[in-house]
Amino acid sequence: MRFGDISQAIGNTPLVALPRLSPKGYTIHLKLEGHNPTGSVKDRVARYLIEQAERHGLLSPGQRVLEPTSGNTGIGLAAICKVKGYPLTCVLPENTSQERRQLLTMFGAELVFSPATEGSNGSVRVARELAAADSHAYMPFQYGNAANALAHYETTAPEIIADLPQVAAFVAGLGTGGSVTGVGKRLKRWNPDVKVFAAEPEYGDLVYGLRNLDEGYVPEVLDVDVLDSRIKVDSRKALGATRELAEVEGIFAGVSTGASLVVARRVCNRLPEGAHVVAMSPDGGWKYLSTGAYAPGDLDEIATAISGTLWA
Amino acid sequence: MPTVRIPSVLRKHTDGAAKVTAAGGNVGEVLRAVTADHPGLEEQLFDGDSVRGFINVYVDDEDIRYVSGLDTPVERDSEVALMPAVAGGDG
Repeated sequence: MRFGDISQAIGNTPLVALPRLSPKGYTIHLKLEGHNPTGSVKDRVARYLIEQAERHGLLSPGQRVLEPTSGNTGIGLAAICKVKGYPLTCVLPENTSQERRQLLTMFGAELVFSPATEGSNGSVRVARELAAADSHAYMPFQYGNAANALAHYETTAPEIIADLPQVAAFVAGLGTGGSVTGVGKRLKRWNPDVKVFAAEPEYGDLVYGLRNLDEGYVPEVLDVDVLDSRIKVDSRKALGATRELAEVEGIFAGVSTGASLVVARRVCNRLPEGAHVVAMSPDGGWKYLSTGAYAPGDLDEIATAISGTLWA
Repeated sequence: MPTVRIPSVLRKHTDGAAKVTAAGGNVGEVLRAVTADHPGLEEQLFDGDSVRGFINVYVDDEDIRYVSGLDTPVERDSEVALMPAVAGGDG
């Protein structure tokens, strides 16, 4: 495989079966998005956000890009913006892991921090304020930009169909909703019997530090009608499955992967015997090592200790 | 009796309790029992007869919108969880 530059080397990630962790009579496969150039599924999204904006004349050479992101989208955007010549400002919660901050800074992004107590909602709020104050900045806004789901509709889903035409169900975490919406719609168009499940991270109380429910937020990108169900997964279960994945299948993944695996195993018995399930693995575990998620020790204690930073 | 988990943003209506118990055979009955015990929650949880949009309700981790809504059955050992809708943390 040979590419002209890093922005073209995105996608075509491995789909790997889990023969030891799949429930008897079913096969779960992980789409290993950590194999993208900056290490996450968000490379696909970042490329689409920028190239769709260029295509529609929303972004001109040298213009600043501004985005609320807790990490992966920012890192993907930072690499793309670097090779395409756009300065980038990322707004991220102040409890974002050191690895992410260092990567963003190395790629030349400017960082603006929002209060940890406001979670991703806080980043969205601060980014909107900055965008309102700077008419020259372009904010792709992954939570509300159709290019997010389109990246998955046009790239992730066709790869799954090509590699596993018999896919019966797809599971992905619920962040912006781009993966479940884009992949889900394309898989259902191809085979209406395909089921789509969202694994929803159950954040610690810190992340839910809203003052009232009116501060709640449902990303516009998420099409709730594409879902067959939505199942929440707490930090302990997600972390347990993530560590099991390394211990049993030799796959070192981020904690969102564990959450999707928990849901994939739970829904197998709703599918015909012999069914193949694809679960999204958004990234590897590298960027979370400093959180202690993979350190030796008691699972409950680790899950409690890191619940404030785990999903950030 | 089923337990109901209260998010931090609503605990001022439950004297700070993160978990309460309430009787009922389905989600609607359980939530009405909770609001009877803690009247301050009524307006927070309901908009007329339906649950407000920015709140997600789960029975044993599954969103009731994809089961049977307020008619979703609740077992005696079930956990009903109320969670505010927030922007995804993995963005």
